[in-house]
Amino acid sequence: MDAKVIKQEGQTLKIVGTSPVRPDGTPKVTGLARYGADFALPGMLWGAILRSPHAHARIRAIDTSKARALPGVKAVITAEDFPEQKFEFVGPERVAVNFWHMTRNVMAREKVLYEGHAVAAVAATSKAIAEEALRLIEVDYEPLPHVIDVDAAMQPDAPLLFEDMITRGIDPPPGKPSNIAKRIEFNIGDLDAGFAAADEIVEMSFKTAPVHQGYIEPHACLARFDSNGQGELWSASQGHFVVRAFTARLLNMNIGDVLVHPAEIGGGFGGKTVIYVEPLAAALSRKSGHPVKIMMSREDVFKATGPTSGSSMTVRIGVKKDGTLVAADGVFKFQAGAFPGSPVMNATMCGFAPYDIPNVRSVGYDVVSNRPKSAAYRAPGSPISAFAVESVMDAVAARIGMDPLKFRLLNACKTGTPTVWGPKHAHDGYAETIKAVLAHPAYAAPLGKNQGRGVASGFWFNNGGESSATVHVNEDGTVVVATGSMDIGGSRASMAIMAAETLGIEYDDVRAIVADTASIGYTHVTGGSRVTFATGIAVVEACKKVIVELCARAAMIWKLEPGEVVWENGCAKPAGAAAGKFEPMPLKAVAAKRALTGGPIGAEASVNAGGAAPGFATELCDVEVDPETGSVKILRFVVAQDVGRAIHRSYVEGQLEGGVVQGIGWALNEAYIYDDAGHLLNAGFLDYRIPVASDLPMIETVLVEVPNPNHPYGVKGAGEVNIVPAMAAVANAINNAISRRLTDLPMSPPKVLAAIHSGRKG
Amino acid sequence: MNEILYETPQTLESAVALLAGASGQARVLAGGTDLLIQMRAGRVMPGLLVDIKGIPEMTAIVAESGGFRFGAAATCMELIEHEAFAKEWPGVTDAVKLIGSIQVKGRATVGGNLCNASPAADSVPALIAAGAVARIVGPGGKREARVEDIPVGPGKTSLADGEIVISFYLPPRSARSGDAYLRFTPRTEMDIAVVGAGVNLTLDETGICNQARVSLGAVAERALLVPEAAAALIGTKVDDDALQRLAAAASAACRPIADKRGTREFRIEVAGVLARRAAGIALDRARRNS
Ligand SMILES: Cc1cc2nc3c(=O)[nH]c(=O)nc-3n(C[C@H](O)[C@H](O)[C@H](O)COP(=O)(O)OP(=O)(O)OC[C@H]3O[C@@H](n4cnc5c(N)ncnc54)[C@H](O)[C@@H]3O)c2cc1C
Repeated sequence: MDAKVIKQEGQTLKIVGTSPVRPDGTPKVTGLARYGADFALPGMLWGAILRSPHAHARIRAIDTSKARALPGVKAVITAEDFPEQKFEFVGPERVAVNFWHMTRNVMAREKVLYEGHAVAAVAATSKAIAEEALRLIEVDYEPLPHVIDVDAAMQPDAPLLFEDMITRGIDPPPGKPSNIAKRIEFNIGDLDAGFAAADEIVEMSFKTAPVHQGYIEPHACLARFDSNGQGELWSASQGHFVVRAFTARLLNMNIGDVLVHPAEIGGGFGGKTVIYVEPLAAALSRKSGHPVKIMMSREDVFKATGPTSGSSMTVRIGVKKDGTLVAADGVFKFQAGAFPGSPVMNATMCGFAPYDIPNVRSVGYDVVSNRPKSAAYRAPGSPISAFAVESVMDAVAARIGMDPLKFRLLNACKTGTPTVWGPKHAHDGYAETIKAVLAHPAYAAPLGKNQGRGVASGFWFNNGGESSATVHVNEDGTVVVATGSMDIGGSRASMAIMAAETLGIEYDDVRAIVADTASIGYTHVTGGSRVTFATGIAVVEACKKVIVELCARAAMIWKLEPGEVVWENGCAKPAGAAAGKFEPMPLKAVAAKRALTGGPIGAEASVNAGGAAPGFATELCDVEVDPETGSVKILRFVVAQDVGRAIHRSYVEGQLEGGVVQGIGWALNEAYIYDDAGHLLNAGFLDYRIPVASDLPMIETVLVEVPNPNHPYGVKGAGEVNIVPAMAAVANAINNAISRRLTDLPMSPPKVLAAIHSGRKG
Repeated sequence: MNEILYETPQTLESAVALLAGASGQARVLAGGTDLLIQMRAGRVMPGLLVDIKGIPEMTAIVAESGGFRFGAAATCMELIEHEAFAKEWPGVTDAVKLIGSIQVKGRATVGGNLCNASPAADSVPALIAAGAVARIVGPGGKREARVEDIPVGPGKTSLADGEIVISFYLPPRSARSGDAYLRFTPRTEMDIAVVGAGVNLTLDETGICNQARVSLGAVAERALLVPEAAAALIGTKVDDDALQRLAAAASAACRPIADKRGTREFRIEVAGVLARRAAGIALDRARRNS
C-alpha cells in the first residue's frame, strides 16, 4: 500500500485510480466462491486419467476390456475416441496452434512423450472405482530413449520425438529430421560492422530451468451432455471461449453446441489458456450419458501441464566507451516440451526491445524434448531472454564504468525507435521507469557486508483483441456489467470502476459479472495483459451507448430533441437552447420511467481493440548472500512499471508484487528435477520451491503512469512485464555482492556456494 | 478400495493389544501429518489405524526427577507453548518450532517425527544432542532406549512390531549448559532440512566445556550422534579454533546421498558450518545460564 504514483498529466477522475472493495473478495474469503472443482450434478461420475510411466515410449496396444468390465465403470476412452486432426499451424505465428499436436497432448496416440502423458481415461460411479479401473487398463509400451535437456535434444544423435519433423524456418529445409521444430531470425542493421565499431564487447552464455506457473487451483471441470448432442462445461480457465473452441474442435462438434460456464479461477498466469481435462470429461460424458467430473492432483499438474520453457542462450553486446550501444546478438534455444510451441519468438523479439541498438541479430530455436508441453506464463518468453540480455547489460555497464541505470537510460527506446521485428516503438514509458528507480531512495541506500544491489529492465507487448461487454440498467437504476473476460486479476473491479466513472454513478451501484459463452459475444482469453485495455474499451463503449439511450429517454420525458440533452455527473441535463429548462435527471429517475419511454435500457459492445501499448518495467533488488551456505536473502525489491493508468490501484500494485515474487522464485529455487529415466522427482510444492511469505520483503511498487492515448482512461495493461526483469535483477545483485556472475537458473544455494568457491569473477 | 479400521484406545494396554491383534498392516496414528500423506499417495495402505492421542501418558508434559518427561503424542504446539520446557531446552524447542507451519504443528508430534524415521526430521538431532531417552511399550512390556538408537534408516526404526514410543525423558539441565539446533533449507519455512545440526554443551566454572553432544540430520541414512565433533569442544573454551575443529569433524562424519534437496559436497560443507554456528548459539546460552 506504500505505492508511489508518478502522474504524467491531470485528468479529473473520481473513481478510476482508487481501490474500492473487490466484488469477488467476500465469496473467496468466506469459501463460498465456486471454483472448477466445486460443481456437481445428479448422476455425476468421476473421471480419472491413466498417465504414462515412461518419458518416451511407443504405444503398441491398449487393452481396456478389464476396466470396462469392472462394475461401476461407465465409460473408458483412449485416443481412438477423438478424431484425427489436420497437421497445420493456425493463427498468428507468435501464438500459432496445431490441433494435430493438441489432440495428441490431451491424449497420447502413437507414442507417449513425457511421464504423465495421458493415455486413457475412465468414468465411474466413485473415485475409488475409477482409480481401480485405471489399474486394470493394460498398455503395451515399447520404451524408447528419451531426452530432457534442450542442448542435448539439439544434438544430431538425440532420440527423436517426431521421426519426421523437419525444422521450419530454414531455407532450404534441412534434409534430416531433428527435435528442432523451428528456427527464427530477426535482423536490423549490419551486425559485423556494428561489432567492429564497438570499443567493448561482452559475451556470455546462460541456462534457465523450466518453471511452473504455480497456480493454487489444480485443473478441474465438470461436463454434461444432452441426448441431442449438446454439451455443457463448467471449468476454471483463462478463457471459456477458447475452452469452447478447442473442446468443440477436438470432439468434432459445432462451437454452438458447446456451452462453457466460467468457474471462479484459482490462478492461471497463462497456464490456463489451454485445455487438458475438458475434452476428456466431455468425451467421457458423451460416451457414458452421465455428467463427468475430472480433477487433477498437484502431481498431475506438475507432470502434465505446461511450465514455461527452459532455455540455453548466448548473448553478445557491443558498446562504445561513451556508453552507446552499437550491436547486439542473441541466440535463444527454448525447450518447447513434448510438442512444438515454446514462446521463443517472443523471447527473440522482446530481449533487445528496450534499447535503441542500430545493429541486432536475434535467433531463436523451438526444440522439443520429453517433458510436458510448455504453456504460456506471464509475458511468455520475455523474462527468459531478459535474464540473458540484462545480465550482459550489467556486465557491459561495469566494463565501461558506467552506472547501470544511466547506461540503460542513455540507450532507452522511445517513440520512433526501431524494433528488431520491424515496426517502430509507438509509445514512451521505458525511460520514465528508469528515472523512477534512479530517483527512488533505495538506489542511494547504503549496503552492508555480503550485500549487493542489482537492477534490470524489461519489455512486454501487451495485447488488445476481441472482447465483448453488455451494460444493463436495472429497474432501480443500478447497473449490471457483463463481459466475456475471466477474472483472474481483478477485472470485475476494474470493469465496475470504468463503468461507474463513465456513467457518473457510484461504484457500489455497478455489479460486474463474467457471462457464459452463450450469454455474451466472443471474448478472447484473459492473457497478454489485455483485459483492462480491450474489455475495458468494450465496457466503456457499451456505457457510451447506454448514455446515448439515457439522454434520448430523458429527452422523451422532457419532450426535447435528443440532441438537446447531455449526460453529466450521472444525470441527464438539458443543454443548448434547452439549457436550464429542467433540473438534471439522475440515472435512477430515468430508469424508473423506462417502461413509459420504450422499455429496458441496455447496450452491448464488441470490439477488436487495436492500439495496445507495451509495458516497461525497471527493478532494483538488494540481496545478502551467506558466504558459507550460498543462501540468498532478498532484502529489498523495488519495481517501477509503466501501467499507463492504474484503474484499481491496489489491484495493480498486487500485479506488480505478484510478478516480482514469481520472478524471485524463478531466480532462486524453482526447477524440475528429473532422474535418469526421465521421471520428475519433485512433482509437489515441497520440493518445487515457490517462495513463501517469509522469504520475501514487502515489494515496493512505483506506478509510473504514461497514459495510453488509445484507451479512454489511458490503460496499458499491468499484469506481466513486472516478472520480466526480476531474475536478472537478482543475478546482478548477487554479482554485486560476491563478484561472481551466475548464469544458470535457479541460483540455488549449492550453485551460489560453488560460485563463491570458484575463481570465476563477474 | 480396502477398508480401514480406526481405533482410539484410552490406555497403553489396549493400544498394545490392538496392534498385537491386527491381522493385516497396522499403524500408530499420532498427528497424521506424515502418515495420512503417505496413505493418500498410496505408499502405505494400513488396514488398522490406532490413534494414540487419547492416552494420557502419551500427551502429558511433566517435571520428573529434575528433568522433563513429555508424551510422544503431545503436539508440537503444546511443547512450544510450555514455557518451563522451552526455557530449559531452547534448542529442542527451536527444532520443534521449525516443523511445518503453526497448523501442521497443531497436529504433528515429536513421537511421529521420530518414528516416521526421516533422516531429515528436525526434532531428532536436537533430542539426540539433548541426551533424550525414549520410553517404549510393546507386546514384550516396557523398555527404554536412547533416541539415537531408534531410527535406523529412511522409514525404518529399531522398534519391534507393535511397539509404541510412549514418552521422552530429558535429563536435568545443569548450570552453565545450553543447546541449539539449526537447519539449512532453501526456503525460510515449509521446507525439509538439507542439513540439520543440534549441539548441547556444558561449561565448567572457568568457562571450559566439560560435556558436549553433537548430532547431525539429513547427512546420512539417519540422524547421527557425532562424538568426534563433541570431542573437539570438550576441554576448550569453545574458541574459534575449537569451533573450526568441530566443523571439520562434523563434515567428516557426513555420509550423505546426493538428491533433489542437495549435492553431497554441499551437505558435507554446510553440516560443518551449521554445527559451528549451533555450537556458538549453545555456548551463548550456556554462558547466560549460570
Ligand atoms: C506441510 C508439512 C510440513 C512439514 N514440515 C516438516 C519440517 O519442517 N520438519 C520435519 O521434521 N517434519 C516436517 N513435516 C513432517 C511431519 O509433520 C513431522 O514428521 C511430524 O512430526 C510427524 O508427526 P505426526 O504426529 O503427524 O506423525 P504421524 O503421521 O501420525 O506418524 C508418523 C509415523 O510415525 C508412527 N508413529 C507416530 N507416533 C508413534 C509412536 N508414539 N510410537 C510409534 N510409532 C509412532 C506412525 O505410525 C507413522 O508411521 C511436515 C509435514 C507437513 C505435512
